[in-house]
Amino acid sequence: MSRLSSRHLLGLEGAPRQDIESILDTAVTFREVIERRIKKVPTLRGITVLNLFYEPSTRTRISFELAEKRLSADTVNFSASTSSVKKGESLRDTVQNIEAMKIDMTVVRHGSSGAPYFLTQCMDTNIINAGDGCHEHPTQALLDMFTIRRKYGKLDGLRVVLIGDVKHSRVIRSNIWGLKTMGASVALCGPSTLMPYEVEQFGCDVYTNLDEALDGADVVNVMRIQAERQQAGLFPSRREFSALFGVNRERLKRLNKNYTIMHPGPINRGVELASDVADGKSSVILDQVTNGQAVRMAVLYLLSDREERETE
Amino acid sequence: MASKKYDLVITGGRVIDPALGFGRDADVFIKNGAVSRIAAAGKSTAVLKSFDDDQIVDAAGKMVAPGLIDMHVHLREPGREDEETVISGCRAAAAGGFTSICCMPNTSPVIDNQETVKFVQDRAQHADARVYVIGAATKLIEGKELAEIGDLVKVGAVAITDDGHYVQNPELMRRALEYARMFNIPVMQHAEDQYLCSGAIMNESYQSARLGMKGAPPVAEEIAVLRDIALCRVANSRLHILHVTTKGAVDAIRQAKREGVNVTCEATPHHLVLTDDEISKEFNTSLRVNPPLRSVRDREAVIEGLVDGTIDCIASDHAPHSMEEKDCEFDQAPPGMIGLETTLGLIKTFIIDKGYLSWADVIRKMTINPARILNLPGGTLQEGSTADITIIDPDKKWTVKAKDFRSLSKNSPFIGWKLSGRVHKTLLGGRIVFER
Repeated sequence: MSRLSSRHLLGLEGAPRQDIESILDTAVTFREVIERRIKKVPTLRGITVLNLFYEPSTRTRISFELAEKRLSADTVNFSASTSSVKKGESLRDTVQNIEAMKIDMTVVRHGSSGAPYFLTQCMDTNIINAGDGCHEHPTQALLDMFTIRRKYGKLDGLRVVLIGDVKHSRVIRSNIWGLKTMGASVALCGPSTLMPYEVEQFGCDVYTNLDEALDGADVVNVMRIQAERQQAGLFPSRREFSALFGVNRERLKRLNKNYTIMHPGPINRGVELASDVADGKSSVILDQVTNGQAVRMAVLYLLSDREERETE
Repeated sequence: MASKKYDLVITGGRVIDPALGFGRDADVFIKNGAVSRIAAAGKSTAVLKSFDDDQIVDAAGKMVAPGLIDMHVHLREPGREDEETVISGCRAAAAGGFTSICCMPNTSPVIDNQETVKFVQDRAQHADARVYVIGAATKLIEGKELAEIGDLVKVGAVAITDDGHYVQNPELMRRALEYARMFNIPVMQHAEDQYLCSGAIMNESYQSARLGMKGAPPVAEEIAVLRDIALCRVANSRLHILHVTTKGAVDAIRQAKREGVNVTCEATPHHLVLTDDEISKEFNTSLRVNPPLRSVRDREAVIEGLVDGTIDCIASDHAPHSMEEKDCEFDQAPPGMIGLETTLGLIKTFIIDKGYLSWADVIRKMTINPARILNLPGGTLQEGSTADITIIDPDKKWTVKAKDFRSLSKNSPFIGWKLSGRVHKTLLGGRIVFER
């Protein structure tokens, strides 16, 4: 299996199709591994992975940690809320001190767009972006693509609708880049106040009418709407958001047959997604979580400097 | 045998003084720190024989201009002497060809009282440039109550501003304009509506959409400028818009000038040269500035305003920040970049060499125009005026290097850039304060 073109995974904007394919193909193998009774391979034995979380996270963090453990890597967890960050230590000092304890790979979640890039300037480890500000969340988009491809056998030619807070969603951004590179047709839908300025330049179809957006689509990926956006005056109420943009059974009629419902979690049930749809037979929401394991194992495996280690 | 009649002569250079409409090869004679005589080249061969070697500044192939004036500089003293002091800032100014600089009041403590004005003036007494203090428009630059503007003017403040903050309250801004009118000083406004810019990290554009960063929309500058023009008209006062960056603001100012409103403005080299496309390349925190780097369209409109005279001045908005503060995540970095030592080279390379302006136009916007707006002495080589003179090596190729900065701070995105045009010598009151 070929190596990736970069030693970091910072985002999917500009990522070559070849890299995305390598990750998705490799994940197929690991997807099989995690179905075994012994869900562990020795691939990253001796490699130490730092999980550097400057923002709260449950599933992404657990998913990475399990992926690392199932590859036999040693893991160390850092959370900004319980660390010397509270004492005012800079990001550079923090990571350089941890790196001095001999770390090979770093998984980073940070509230600032571009923080993973900054880390590449501070450390010699591989850097994997686990979400930076509203910028990118590449492994989430990769697991979304993996999930779609697993069901349809392809991404090329499918119509994918991404619904919700486009302005603030790193998941949507990474999905846009990845899906377009892989030949899918991408539509965005959400309130106009939650669309970034010049959104047309993303090269997607943009809708503020949910029914129009759903018309003829294969995959619906619904994003979480955050209460703080309402407080910031970007939409009037959850009630109105739900009435205009909530995905419910009635609206699904417009989709193509064999449609798929996705959500990166956590779900506001009854707001952006009706419970019966989230739990229905077309929902792959829990598969996404399982597949996230396999995709993150693939990313860790492909980025690790294992060849150099083997020759040492 | 030394010349007794003159102390110094700058000979062989091309003298450019837009205030006098002068632009030809000439010798500049200096006596007692003042310009004594300007004589056409070749007319003074006999006189020159009486000069000692150390009385002659050879400016052959160089350009001789009135000392440049930078009307927008942040010296960090008092408060952040690790980032810049009056002395270090003036050394940087001299190296950049500036003989006069105006310092902004957002220090700690704020320059909103006579003592702090005098403190800065005292520090500047033996510095390599003249420092004119701009006082706060409101106490503590908090935008709540007018500062004691009369007091500030009495000890030499040349204008008032809350730079860094927009005076958001229109009632207060109106009163600031009216009050300043009594002293015939301009109110300088950092024109960005704070509600529209709340939490902004960069320009609002496709770039901010891509990067997922909160954007400051260009319209925030446009409406701030439009509002203040309207208030200035009502107050019949003088308004100076700091660092204009958008098409909307340039258009508004152009229109207001046509209508006779007393409004002036400036542009910075970085807004003339850079766009927000640069940010995603390396998330270089030196590119984080307020107002932010804009899109190509806005940049072109600012250049157009510079060319048609809507924009009166070029000012650096020199804003030093320590390495520690800038070595961080992009959105955590304080806004600002240094500029005193790169302004001239950037303007030569990207404005003169691209054919937008002539040397005379540029020198006008960096000498007599700011001098007139702020009622400063200088800005001309008229006989009898103080011999503040900048000698420029107009086509000198050079590379910007961090180690060459005289500023205490190095937060420049231009490090490594190859520029054309550099200061050769700077004279302050007839004394050479910088030479290369």
